[in-house]
Amino acid sequence: MSDIYSEILLDHYRLPRNKGKLFQETISVEGKNPLCGDEIVLHLKLDGERVSEVAFEGSGCAISMASASMLTEDLKGRTLSEVESRIDQFRHFIREGAEPEGESLNDMISLSGVAKLPVRVKCATLAWTTMEEALRQVAKK
Amino acid sequence: MLERDVRRDFPILNIKVNGKPLVYLDSAASSQKPNDVLQSYCRFCESRYANVHRGIHTLGEAATGDYEAARRTVAEFINAPELEGVIFTRGTTESINLVARSFGHKFIKHGQSIVLTPMEHHANLVPWQLVAKAVGAELRFIPLKEDGTLDISEARKLIDHTTALVSVTHVSNVLGTINPVGELVQLAHKVGAKILVDGAQSVPHMPVSLRELNPDFYAFSGHKMLGPTGIGVLYGRPEILADMDPFLTGGEMIREVYLDHATWNELPYKFEAGTPAIAEAIGLAEAVRYLTSIGMERIAQLDHLLTSQALNKLSREPDTKVYGPRTQHGAVVSFNVKGIHPHDLAGLLDREGIAIRAGHHCCQPLMRWLDVQATARASFYLYNVPEDVDALIEGLKVARKVLA
Repeated sequence: MSDIYSEILLDHYRLPRNKGKLFQETISVEGKNPLCGDEIVLHLKLDGERVSEVAFEGSGCAISMASASMLTEDLKGRTLSEVESRIDQFRHFIREGAEPEGESLNDMISLSGVAKLPVRVKCATLAWTTMEEALRQVAKK
Repeated sequence: MLERDVRRDFPILNIKVNGKPLVYLDSAASSQKPNDVLQSYCRFCESRYANVHRGIHTLGEAATGDYEAARRTVAEFINAPELEGVIFTRGTTESINLVARSFGHKFIKHGQSIVLTPMEHHANLVPWQLVAKAVGAELRFIPLKEDGTLDISEARKLIDHTTALVSVTHVSNVLGTINPVGELVQLAHKVGAKILVDGAQSVPHMPVSLRELNPDFYAFSGHKMLGPTGIGVLYGRPEILADMDPFLTGGEMIREVYLDHATWNELPYKFEAGTPAIAEAIGLAEAVRYLTSIGMERIAQLDHLLTSQALNKLSREPDTKVYGPRTQHGAVVSFNVKGIHPHDLAGLLDREGIAIRAGHHCCQPLMRWLDVQATARASFYLYNVPEDVDALIEGLKVARKVLA
């Protein structure tokens, strides 16, 4: 097993970015892995088609929490359609372990070892599937 | 420790995990297999394999003989009162589902009660939820005392004239609690109820005599007692099994079949539909011979020694909470380290070559009772040594350092 508990991941776990609530969020969406007990709430603030702010709250294992922290850094400022393709890139990366062409995944590359740990894929993707649900709810509004 | 070095009998203990010697502390989930078991499986497939109870040819007779000999070996091991009560299943889960389907749906009536405990594995809870819903029965739960043992004085009140069945685990796979099954059998029989005992965590680890315990049903799995996966046992009292309808239907379990009806084979074949796990049953018998050669008393002593060491050492670790009773404890120790999710603990221990289980252990209601999302669990077996407990404690120190 390549070491998933890398310094980058541990840094996001110990000092999570954008953890907390937002002032006047547009939407809040809850995600859960009932089998692990990982729980997360994503708060988004939208400025038209653009995600101007993202924050998260929750509790769970280091992988789920670090991944959520990375998500908030990565998605802030992107348009909804950019967010959608970023989710696809991330999911492909986590399942196949292959980095996408084009824009780097930056800190998220530290999660590459998860591809070899099928049991932990759910942890790494929790924030991202929650984001996907947020996109669905935004589209319905 | 054991007089002979059993570790040499388990090839997997030679492998390295992440560059470290394997420390396997997850036998409660599934045990490792000794050479004897692996070889018996191969030998059978190489020289004696055919389907059972069918072929009038040399191999068919050989395979049938070996399969039925395996049943006798297992029956003797658990001191079963009758051979025809020993049914091969896929494992504990299937055994309990068999009873739920074939006994529960037929004999548990509207308004009757099924008495369980909050420490049951999902496999001994969900089947009864379905039965209760289908027939209109009530589920009752014997409450736990603070230390994770059953409150027997409450059990005396809950098991009453309405009770059709008591179904309880012999040893908790999370708390390690060894339940007073003999007493529960008496309480059940006093009111005319039947009792099923889930022996998944007891049969591998302690001497179990069904003649002494006297349950109506007893279920366990082969893979937790050095045997192959896909084979397990249900013991049922023959007079009850005889009145039950078949669980699965098809080949083997049948006597006469007409276009519109059929009659059932005799016990235990009535409950062994289709081609059984033949080589696996033979592997299980070999596992039983291996365990017997060491002695179940001896294995229980070793488990007790390792478990006590783990309980003592874990209790002394900072920020560490250990669950379950301190005495009368089976070969599992569940714990949590404050601020560290059990999955991270398991992941970090894995870096050190240490395999533990983390999660809800198929006991979500018990997790709620403990007020946790999950626990870490170390479990022991005859191939573990005190150094494994030390490795666990050292591993915890490393994990705390990494995530602190």
